[in-house]
Amino acid sequence: MRGFRTLATPAKYLALVAYLVFLAFPLLWLISTAFKPPQEMALIDPTIIPADPTLDNFRLAFEQQPLARALLNTLVIAGTSALVTVLLSIPAAYVMARYRSVVSRMTALWVLLSQMFPFILVIIPLFLLLRDAGLYDTQLGLIIVYVVWSMPFALWMLRSYVVGIPVELEEAAAMDGAGKLRTLKDIVAPLLVPGVVAAALFAFVSAWNEFLFALVLLRTPELQTISLTLVKFIGAEGVARLGPLAAAALVATIPSLVFFAIIQRRLVGGMLGGAVKS
Amino acid sequence: MRRAATIVSAAVVSAGLVLAGCGSGDGAGTGGDDGPVTLTFQSLAFQPESIAANQQIIEQWNADNPDIQVEYLQGDWASVQDQLVTAFEGGTAPDLVHYESSYLQDFADRGWILDITDLVPEAMTDDILDGAWEAVTFDDAVYAVPFLLDAQVIFANKALLDAAGVEVPAPDDPWSWDEFAEVSKQLTDADTFGVAWTLKDPANRMLNLALNFGGGFFEESDGASSAIFGDPEKEAFQRIYDQLYVDKSAATDAIGMGGSDPLPGFFAGQYAMLPKGIWFRQQIIDQAPEGFEWVTIPALAGDSQAQAAAPQTVSVAAESEHPEEAMAFLEYMLNPENQALLAKGDWMIPASSAAAEDPVLTETPDWPVAAASGTFLEQAPFQRVRGYEEWKNKVANPSIEEFFANAISLDELGTRLTEDGNEILERYNR
Repeated sequence: MRGFRTLATPAKYLALVAYLVFLAFPLLWLISTAFKPPQEMALIDPTIIPADPTLDNFRLAFEQQPLARALLNTLVIAGTSALVTVLLSIPAAYVMARYRSVVSRMTALWVLLSQMFPFILVIIPLFLLLRDAGLYDTQLGLIIVYVVWSMPFALWMLRSYVVGIPVELEEAAAMDGAGKLRTLKDIVAPLLVPGVVAAALFAFVSAWNEFLFALVLLRTPELQTISLTLVKFIGAEGVARLGPLAAAALVATIPSLVFFAIIQRRLVGGMLGGAVKS
Repeated sequence: MRRAATIVSAAVVSAGLVLAGCGSGDGAGTGGDDGPVTLTFQSLAFQPESIAANQQIIEQWNADNPDIQVEYLQGDWASVQDQLVTAFEGGTAPDLVHYESSYLQDFADRGWILDITDLVPEAMTDDILDGAWEAVTFDDAVYAVPFLLDAQVIFANKALLDAAGVEVPAPDDPWSWDEFAEVSKQLTDADTFGVAWTLKDPANRMLNLALNFGGGFFEESDGASSAIFGDPEKEAFQRIYDQLYVDKSAATDAIGMGGSDPLPGFFAGQYAMLPKGIWFRQQIIDQAPEGFEWVTIPALAGDSQAQAAAPQTVSVAAESEHPEEAMAFLEYMLNPENQALLAKGDWMIPASSAAAEDPVLTETPDWPVAAASGTFLEQAPFQRVRGYEEWKNKVANPSIEEFFANAISLDELGTRLTEDGNEILERYNR
């Protein structure tokens, strides 16, 4: 039995490492390509580590497309979308979780149903609505779309977090004389932080990576997002300027990683451990 | 409590500030009654040289024409179809649209692009090749100005040709398909395949090559099109199949490739010859290892060297408020001198016969082969078929890929192209 355990642990680590390599390989390849000259990309036996590393791809990427402006635009759009999504979702999720009524149930059902509409089905009606509202080719229009698109999932996620907070905690606070507002602020809000972080992360990354809505709803070059800018490195018949594309994609990945790194510490469960004696 | 309120207030104020600062593109579009006319031009230029050429042309025009200003919008090939359909449907299309001829009939049928027959100046009509004009003319109406053409040629590893003692044919004395098959066998050994046919999404290319043997694939009766698959249509399929599975002089691992995928094998000497479009010269030059020598072999001759002219085009949107001004800009943008610049930027053939004489182009590698290719481009029957794009995407591309993967027979391929294909075309014929 002990022998089996001795073998099982290294096997588990080996499986974990294999899984991590599998997940990380595309990113490694992206990094490798970003630093390769064109000739090394067309080698019959490609290598992960460039033989003759170069920063030319980064120079070309910034020279050929307005990457910095696109990154700033995307940061504004994705950041605002995430913020607004979370601010609107928190009170709605609380009400849906705590006040059980027909309206609450119908709302939950509608939220689920709304997740089933594919992008392509709504794109033209949405386009016409925004155009008539004077929001076509504006960042505000795109932010509204992203908020509407992210909210159902964020709402559903936050609702589950609220349901997971024992109602006894709120009752105990009430017995100690805390008002509703204070209970929400001092008891519920701190316990909801992991959910809020997860919802914000989801809304931010969704908006950061989104392509089709941005393609259809933005026209002016000065407003375009990073996903629209990256695709301009791809030409007819699927031919890509691979080096600058990889360099630009790598640069585009960094803000998402930084955002995740900053808030991931908050993304931990187990905060309720020992809160209630059952 | 105060700290929390401050945080919430700050968040809301920040959101407000960010929203207030969000940009809008309202500045674009046509000018007011008293200001200059502003035209929007969406380009699909992809190569940096081509983008620079477009921008240089527009800057010069804007400097010379303060009353008609052109705004450059950068589109992309990967998503242009979705973007244009939505823009046309929503009434926000650019005044001038860069695309390719195969989509024009559909756009014209939907009323999205303007019939510019009466707006095209005579000098432009005379300068541009007849085959290119035919590709943009439907029911006697011209829907675009053609300006860039491609043609299928063959790139070859010069060292391997030299080692096998193979002479490169002159543009006026091209190889026949039989000679090509013989050379492919000659170049094939344990380390090298004579040829690499890259056949990802192969319908356009195969329909092009079938024209060498008179294969038109479609016939028209009482205004209705239907697909056919007789001996002329089968010929190019059978010859490539034989290279793959009978002679074994063509690499089967290349048939799923597209774009630049075969270049590593080509540079490494695994493939001696690579049939591709003339624009592919740029990819080879960009990525070839130092010292790699290559040559361009003229298009093969069957009964003829005919290929379909499927030019890149610029159309005027039907909703444009300034079609005359748009056409005036087009006349300037696509004059011979500028067409030479644009063709050089994309390594393609200009539709302008005068541009083809420009030293900007004649000094590019293997230009005589490219120039000769322009002369046998013609309008193919498939370019006039309503529903061709759906036929191609739903039936032809997957079925042809299966045929070249040796999964279905030539007869089965014919059945699918005609019977399944005609079910699609019937909807468009009604």
